[in-house]
This record gives sequence, structure tokens and C-alpha cells, in this order.
Amino acid sequence: MGVGIEVKGLNAWYGKNLALKDIDMSIPANHVTAVIGPSGCGKSTFVRCLNRMHETIPEAHADGEVKIGEVEVYGDGTDPVDVRRRIGMVFQKPNPFPTMSIYDNVAAGLRLNGLRNRKQMDQLVERSLVLSALWDEVKDTLHKKSGASLSGGQQQRLCIARALAVEPEVLLMDEPASALDPISTSKIEELIFQLKQHYTVVIVTHNMQQAARVAELTGFFLMGSLIEYDKTEKIFTTPADKRTEDYITGRFG
Amino acid sequence: MRSRFQQGLDELRDKLLRMGGLAEQAIDRATEAYRTRDAKFCQMVFTGENAINQAERDIDELALDLLAMQQPMAIDLRFIMAVIKINADLERVGDQAVNIAQRVLDLISEPPVELPVDIPKMASSVSTMVQKALESFLDGHAEVAESVLQMDNVVDRMKDEAFVVLVQKMQTEPAVTRAALNVLLVARNLERIADHATNIAEDVIFWVRGADVRHGGAHFPY
Repeated sequence: MGVGIEVKGLNAWYGKNLALKDIDMSIPANHVTAVIGPSGCGKSTFVRCLNRMHETIPEAHADGEVKIGEVEVYGDGTDPVDVRRRIGMVFQKPNPFPTMSIYDNVAAGLRLNGLRNRKQMDQLVERSLVLSALWDEVKDTLHKKSGASLSGGQQQRLCIARALAVEPEVLLMDEPASALDPISTSKIEELIFQLKQHYTVVIVTHNMQQAARVAELTGFFLMGSLIEYDKTEKIFTTPADKRTEDYITGRFG
Repeated sequence: MRSRFQQGLDELRDKLLRMGGLAEQAIDRATEAYRTRDAKFCQMVFTGENAINQAERDIDELALDLLAMQQPMAIDLRFIMAVIKINADLERVGDQAVNIAQRVLDLISEPPVELPVDIPKMASSVSTMVQKALESFLDGHAEVAESVLQMDNVVDRMKDEAFVVLVQKMQTEPAVTRAALNVLLVARNLERIADHATNIAEDVIFWVRGADVRHGGAHFPY
């Protein structure tokens, strides 16, 4: 099951540049939450702070409070690797391990975590591919085909399966469908909708219609601040803040 | 700034205002027909209806295109939704004006009868409501739209009073029943137009404020 995410007073820097300013956000468990905003507004930085990936960039650092379920992400003694295991991440461009088979792609994280039991591994790989709605398309070629041989949309679902295999509680998706055609996009969107039964999903997107279609809650970021965060229906029909309205109606700048 | 989209919204607004002008004209002509008992005005209402119907189709088409091609959001989405609804109301206003003109034709086919109902006064109130509703749409003024909502009660009362005195008249003077019935129907048509003006005002409030004030309540959906 997914867990809620509580963010309080989160700041993030690139060197001396403050990229996120005092973000408070309460993301409910087993919901899809979209993060929207113009380029450079801090939305990707925000999700990368949730799994402590932000600090992997040289000179980047963050402070504040992030709680994923009961885990204090920035607490003393919290292992970033453990945080990342709880939080799966899917990126804009599908990035399967190109030389590995479909099976090995999904199993990679499990092996890294020390799983050796073949039967258990088979079960987890199948479950992940079923959850990512790819199983029926690849079940006969699991070991024969490489990840790179799949279509773009299939590769992205493979990446989702890979993220799900290690049984995370939260799934972060950074523009997961922006490189895909409309049919693959709608499959991914349908999948996101299904996945929230098991996970808490946070999706960064430039595509507002996509946010409107998949997310129950939407947060609008601008220049490193969270301007408005509310039910998606409210954000897209009657936003409270003029800046949100200007952005989503294309009157920005 | 999405200039093509803005042009489309401006065009939609202009088209709706032109249609509003046609609907207002239809009410004025129907009222004039009643006041003067001149069938020429009735004919003008019947002819004018085609233009209103055509305008309704044009506006729906443009609104649908904008929805499909531009995927509007927030205030733009509310604006287009309001236009679609106001469009339907204005078309119905045109229909009601036609109904009035038909009643007038029937009225003037017989000698005039003195009836204790001031239809021109009621028509003037109704016409002001439509005018103000369209004015609120033109300027995006929710306050003006609110004043229209207040006026609806006055027109309702006028219709109720007309009903009472006309029924009484029909009972005491059966010879005037046909004329009284026609006038009663005209009063009802006018009251319906006032309802459409009220709907238009409510749609303007929804567009401007995002609040649903239909059926007597202020409801913010979110």
C-alpha cells in the first residue's frame, strides 16, 4: 500500500541558488498528485528532493522536513539508499538497460537488493509486469528480447515495472509520457490510474490536460514556490490564485 | 499569450452580443405589436427568428471548435461554458417573442378589449432584465448580473397578479375569455423571458466568479 508524504519547510539549493523556497505540501496516500509549472519552476527539483536524488548533483543540497509514511527522509541516520528503495522513480525518457533481457531489466533492482530465490524472483517479475500492463505483450519473450527492442511506450512500461519490482510505497514520475505517442500516453495514463490502488503517485508534467486526466490533486509551482495546491478540478476550473490562472490559461508572461 | 485563442474568444463574445441584440429586438417588436395592434411588427418577429436560429448554430459551432482545438481551462473554460448556455437562453427568448407575436395576431383578429393588465409595463421590466443581463456579460460585471436576479421576483409578481385579475375577468365576462387568455399567455411568455434573463445573469456570475448561484443559492463547487 502507498503511504502519505508530508513536506514541511523544504528548501533546495543548487550551489547558492535557492531553487525551492519553504515548500509545505501534504500528499495523501494512494492518490495521484500532479505537479505542474513552467520550466525552471522547481517541480522536478521538488520530486527529486522527495527521494534524496537532488543531493546527488554536485553542490546541490536541501533542508526541511520530508516524511514518507513514518520515515524522516532528511532525518539523522536515514540512509538515502533505503529512501530510494521505498520510492520508485520513472523518468521522461525510457531508460531500460539496453543489453539486458526484459526479465533482467525488471529483476535488476531485486538482485541489487540481494534476492537470490529464483521462484520468488519469477513471481515478482511477473507481478510487476502485470501491474505495469506489459505482461501480456512480453510474457513469451521475457528472456529472448532485450529491453531496447521494445517500442517507446513498452520501454516506459518496462521502466515502471522495474520501479515496481522492488515494491516501493511511492512512485515518482517525471514527465513519464512526454516522449510517447498518444496511444502509448493513454496506456501510461490508464496505468497511473490503476497504480494508485497500490502506490502513492506523484507525477510531474508539462501537459496540463494530462494532469487534469490522471491526478486528483494538483500543485502549481512558480519560481521555486508552491503557489497553489488543491483538488485538480478546482485548479483547472476555478483556481484561487491569479498566477495559477494565468499559467493554465496560457496568459503567462 | 495565445493570440489566436484570444481572437476566437473575442469572436465568440461578439457573436453572442450580436445575437443578444437580435433577441432584444424581437422582444421590442413583439411588445410594439401588442401596443399598436399592428401585424407588421408580428411579421418582423417571425422573419427575425431565422437570424436568431442561425446565430445559435454559429455560436455553438465556434464554441465547440474552441473547446476541441484549444482545450481551454479555468476562466476561459467557464466563459465558453457560459456562452453555450447563454446562447441557448437567447434562442429561447427568440421563441418566446414569436409566441407573443402569435398571440397578438390572434388578439388583433378581434375588436380590442379593455383588460386590467399593463403588458407594456411588464414588457419594459423584462426588456430591462435582458438588457442588463447582456450588459453584465459585455463587461463581465457580476454585480450587474446580481441586480438582474433581484428583478426576477418583480416580474413573477406581475405575472401572478395578471393571472388573478384575468381569471376573474373571464369569470365575470365570459365574452372576453379569448382575449384574456391571449393576454395571460403573453404575460406567461414575458415571465419566461425574465427567467431566461435570470439564467444568463447566473451564467455570467459563474463565468466571472466561478460560483454557481442557480436555484437561489451561492454554491462554490470547490
